[in-house]
Amino acid sequence: MRETRGFKIYRGVTLTVLGLFVLVPLYVMITSSLKPLKDVQGAFTWWPSNLTLAPFFDMWKTVPLAKYFVNSTIVSVAATAFSVAIAILAAFAVSRFKFRGRTVFTTTVLSTQMFPGVLFLLPLFLIFVNINNSFGLQLVGTRLGLIITYLTFSLPFSIWMLAGYFDSIPRELDEAALVDGCGPMGALWRVVLPAARPGVIAVAIYSFMTAWGEVLFASVMTTEANRTLSVGLRQYSTQTNIYWNQIMAAALVVSVPVVIGFLLAQRHFVAGVTAGAVK
Amino acid sequence: MSVATETAAPAPAPTKKKRSRLEHRPGLNRWLPYALLAPAVLLELFIHIIPMLVGIWMSFVKLTKFFIANWSSAPGAGLGNYKVALDFNNAVGQGLLKSFGVTVVFSLVTVAFSWVLGMAAAVALQPEFRGRGIIRTLFLVPYALPAYAGILTWNFMLQRDTGAVNHVLNQLHLTDGKPFWLIGSNALISLITVAGWKLWTFAFLTLMAGMQSIPRDLYEAASVDGAGNIRQWRNITLPSLRPVNLVLVLVLFLWTFSDFNTPYVLFGTAQPPAGDLITFHIYNASFLTWNFGTGAAMSVLLLIFLMIVTGAYLLVTGRRSRRA
Repeated sequence: MRETRGFKIYRGVTLTVLGLFVLVPLYVMITSSLKPLKDVQGAFTWWPSNLTLAPFFDMWKTVPLAKYFVNSTIVSVAATAFSVAIAILAAFAVSRFKFRGRTVFTTTVLSTQMFPGVLFLLPLFLIFVNINNSFGLQLVGTRLGLIITYLTFSLPFSIWMLAGYFDSIPRELDEAALVDGCGPMGALWRVVLPAARPGVIAVAIYSFMTAWGEVLFASVMTTEANRTLSVGLRQYSTQTNIYWNQIMAAALVVSVPVVIGFLLAQRHFVAGVTAGAVK
Repeated sequence: MSVATETAAPAPAPTKKKRSRLEHRPGLNRWLPYALLAPAVLLELFIHIIPMLVGIWMSFVKLTKFFIANWSSAPGAGLGNYKVALDFNNAVGQGLLKSFGVTVVFSLVTVAFSWVLGMAAAVALQPEFRGRGIIRTLFLVPYALPAYAGILTWNFMLQRDTGAVNHVLNQLHLTDGKPFWLIGSNALISLITVAGWKLWTFAFLTLMAGMQSIPRDLYEAASVDGAGNIRQWRNITLPSLRPVNLVLVLVLFLWTFSDFNTPYVLFGTAQPPAGDLITFHIYNASFLTWNFGTGAAMSVLLLIFLMIVTGAYLLVTGRRSRRA
């Protein structure tokens, strides 16, 4: 690409238009969270004339946001931890061993990622209800049910991405570890994992994002006891009022940790996606 | 075979070069990979595969709310559920058909919109310049944001009386009065905008990553030959990105076709007909009426449709690349 004048104009126009498209909603989210309720119920204004931090305090009282926060955090952290651990083991097998059923496994697992959630939402819901009836293990309305469900959502992509990462680590390194007396698991733990750390971090962030933002299953599998943020934020719309300023404040607070985590790991993430796409 | 040279060394287990030693412990190797895969396989079976099979079974029985707790006694329905779902003369079938039409339009437009924006941004950011990193990071924010947080913000912006969208349109004198965006026929435009807002950044991320692996000399050689930027894009960038594009377009299509978050967070349970996407439709058909059998039949039809589209897509694109 040569940076001709035409290209510079194209670049300027494209980046301005797209920048506005991205920024305006973020700007509205931030400024609306700093407005008193009557200002978000009236005509829209670009500038918050009555700046207030009150929505950031009130949002905890209008709905039990702290409880939803705790639920979302426990569910997402647990789902991430299990998902990453299970994905590491599976990716190690796919990357380092030749065994019967390897191709069947990888294609089946990857294709489950592509199926719409609504396909197994109903049956899974019924399976959970019937497990509760037969064995007394409650999975609907508990965090455990959400953790088990969510960890499988990020599993296919995580296995695929980690296997790609492991493939890029020279096998001579594992062999050196084996010569030093490690077993295969020792080689995984001491050699492969440390070398694949960026990949593991990227996969962990992806898993966390998946669990933190999930709406469909949360809307069916949660009751007041295990409600997560994705569904909980709807509670700000009551019969009498929609607390838009508090919704925006809550949406902002809920997003910040995930966005920062993603942006910090974006390099590894991009590298992982490219490695997969090129293969 | 280099075995001959290696036998001289006092190695306890002679190994062929290049093959990992992990593969040369027959006793351990036979079960270890399966043990490593077991947790992943069991979970995938439990959460995805078995429910999908149960879903197929459900589509052949009369599973209403009376049989939820005791589903083995649900009476068989034969193809009854499918007949109801596909009978376009009654309300259920008509609803499904309309929803299907809306979803087709929604996916095609959203995929095209996202791809064009993603490509435009990736090309604009291809040569290095000051501030490139910051803009790239900014463009990834919609993707990183939890889906519902972004959609809620758009929901607020699309409110008729208090929203930013009507405010801007009025200031620019593009509309008289205040159109509704979340009910009525504008709902589809809203859906496409909101879904595209998040999705184009994924297209951008993927295309940008793909462009990084195009060798620069290709462009330099083309410049020497006098090819302008547009021709370079057509003759170098597009063909080099072909494998990336094949996967990207398919993934974008499958995602948008089964998008649930956008309509659910944007409209709640009061779905406007113009924004009644198929997953949302199936969800409402099942959970508002508690008629799981019909919902399951619709799900199976959706699955069959997606499999046919995916298969046809792979077949057509595969044949074309073999010819090329």
